[in-house]
Amino acid sequence: MKDLKIQLYKTMYLIRRAEVKIQEHYAEDEMKTPMHMSMGAEAISAGVCQALETSDQILGTYRSHGIYIAKTGETDNFFAEMYGRVTGTSKGKGGSMHLLAPKSGLIATSAVVSSHIPVAIGAAFANKQVGNKRMVAVFFGDGATDEGVFWESLNAACLMKLPIVFVCEDNDLAIHTPSFLRHGYKKITDIIQQFDCNVYSSESTDAEEIYNLATQAIGVTRETFRPAFLHLKYYRYLEHVGVFEDFQAGYRSRKEFEAWLDVDPLKVMRSKLLELIPAEQVINLEQDIIDKVERSDELARKAPFPELEELCRSVYA
Amino acid sequence: MNRVISYREALNEAIKHEMRIDPRVFVYGIDVADHKRTFGSNLGIVEEFGPARCFSTPLSEDAMTGFGLGAAINGLRPIHVHIRVDFMILAMNQLTNMISSYSYATCGQLKVPIVIRAVIGRGWGQSWQHSKTLHSWFAHIPGLKVVMPARPIDAAGMLISAIRDNNPVIFLEHRWLYDVTGEVPEQVDAIPLDGCEVLKEGNDATVAAVSWMTVEAIKAAEILEKHGVSIEVIDIRSISPFDSATVIESVKKTGHLVVADYDWLHCGFSAEVASTIYDSCMEHLKSPVSRMGFAPTHCPCTRPLENLFYPTAQDIIRIMEIKLGLPGIDLSGEEFYSYGNKFKGPF
Repeated sequence: MKDLKIQLYKTMYLIRRAEVKIQEHYAEDEMKTPMHMSMGAEAISAGVCQALETSDQILGTYRSHGIYIAKTGETDNFFAEMYGRVTGTSKGKGGSMHLLAPKSGLIATSAVVSSHIPVAIGAAFANKQVGNKRMVAVFFGDGATDEGVFWESLNAACLMKLPIVFVCEDNDLAIHTPSFLRHGYKKITDIIQQFDCNVYSSESTDAEEIYNLATQAIGVTRETFRPAFLHLKYYRYLEHVGVFEDFQAGYRSRKEFEAWLDVDPLKVMRSKLLELIPAEQVINLEQDIIDKVERSDELARKAPFPELEELCRSVYA
Repeated sequence: MNRVISYREALNEAIKHEMRIDPRVFVYGIDVADHKRTFGSNLGIVEEFGPARCFSTPLSEDAMTGFGLGAAINGLRPIHVHIRVDFMILAMNQLTNMISSYSYATCGQLKVPIVIRAVIGRGWGQSWQHSKTLHSWFAHIPGLKVVMPARPIDAAGMLISAIRDNNPVIFLEHRWLYDVTGEVPEQVDAIPLDGCEVLKEGNDATVAAVSWMTVEAIKAAEILEKHGVSIEVIDIRSISPFDSATVIESVKKTGHLVVADYDWLHCGFSAEVASTIYDSCMEHLKSPVSRMGFAPTHCPCTRPLENLFYPTAQDIIRIMEIKLGLPGIDLSGEEFYSYGNKFKGPF
């Protein structure tokens, strides 16, 4: 399955290079929007989105760079939105935390934790009602599972037998507060298993393993209309918001990070690729992606800001 | 061809009419499909259209509101029903942070054609959690439309418009209006969601009323007429967008305005109306704009105090006496509306 590995690696590499490009330029203060970076989460974004059809829909949080790039494969409108330009995904009005790509299936992202989750179940309900066979995948962090509306949404999805996959990207933190300080229970999957849904877990940083798990989960849900819950662990490399590491703050240890870095999603997939294709081919596809990101950044910087009248447009249909 | 039907029946007919012509419309909410059907407004819907298009939900107002947004994004036209606006507050995050800004976020690419119906106002000794209106909260947020029909014809025509509108519409229905009858055409036309209606013409003063207060205003106008005072009664109907033109035109004629709101006064919709009038036709005012609404407290259960909490026709009459320099009218022979004596119509 060489092609799958190549595609997964390309997606992850595009996410990583886009994030690096943001890191390179952020201090220039031209991207005036808070950045919640996807470094470390690439295997989940790539693996799950690869398992979805193009017509399937996804929803995400303020930390959606990874899933945006994985679902759309594009970075032009992405960077334009970061720079606040009219060619951005929301003409600059949304910023990093509210990325959208309705034509590619990314129908909502939200900064208020968990507030997009009920929207996902409504979207899945409509898909089931009209019989279009579309799947909805909603991405959220472990912090979102503290919120009541997550449980309301899970309950309703299981009751109504909705074609939806709940993807929990668990980095053990809600901003800086670890789960042991937030949870009056031991294992979330034990609780979720009590609902009428199928639960899958992985701590892998191998995008192909995640792809296989997601494919299995999605397949069962398509057939049975039992929602799927994917509990996927990853390590957030950078600070909660911003483009730097923050181990000096003391709430996490660099040693722990280094263990995860050792199995970095890109490192893992690159090694697998080198067993299948020549190094030159890998370097070439990487260079193409580096060039693509560079072009997107340049295009964005040259694009105009929205005109002032845009402020009050589209408040009402 | 007109017939006389109740507000409840008018709502019910409008919903069924739209559900028949548009398969995307569906009704959902807590208890909408039980044997009581939201005070009867949802009778016959599940029987005619099936449980996929009319269903009761878990007690999850927050999630079920977001659910409506998701369904609307994907092409359906949800009608979410709350038996009390006081419970709808659990949905404020979805209303304010998700629904109201969704069209804006997508630069108009995607729309949110959701109607959210809620019952408001005075019940029966139900105290502070079954008593409110909150239209100023919803009207405050750009992106939401807020309407409060008082007459059966408006209940039907505005609900049809609300269902057809591609914007989120909050549709507030006063509990005591449910039994009120009025003339409604066999073929109801959609009534736009942005106009006031002059219910009664007059020359001496204007009352611009919201929801149940239109009933109280008409009662006050009838009594004042017996004493030679002619009051113009305007049914505001649409809170957001608000049609100030009709109220301005009336104030230019009469010079006196009482805003009879059904809500608290502090930071309430009545302040918005007053401010708009001062901005637009200050020179036509012969007295400051008067505002009336709930007492600045919480609605109590005990009847004598509950009676004082809500504004009434008597309050309108007493304000008019002050504004117009009238002698105190003897109201001892008059019958006013109360829980035991509700206005039945026809309007």
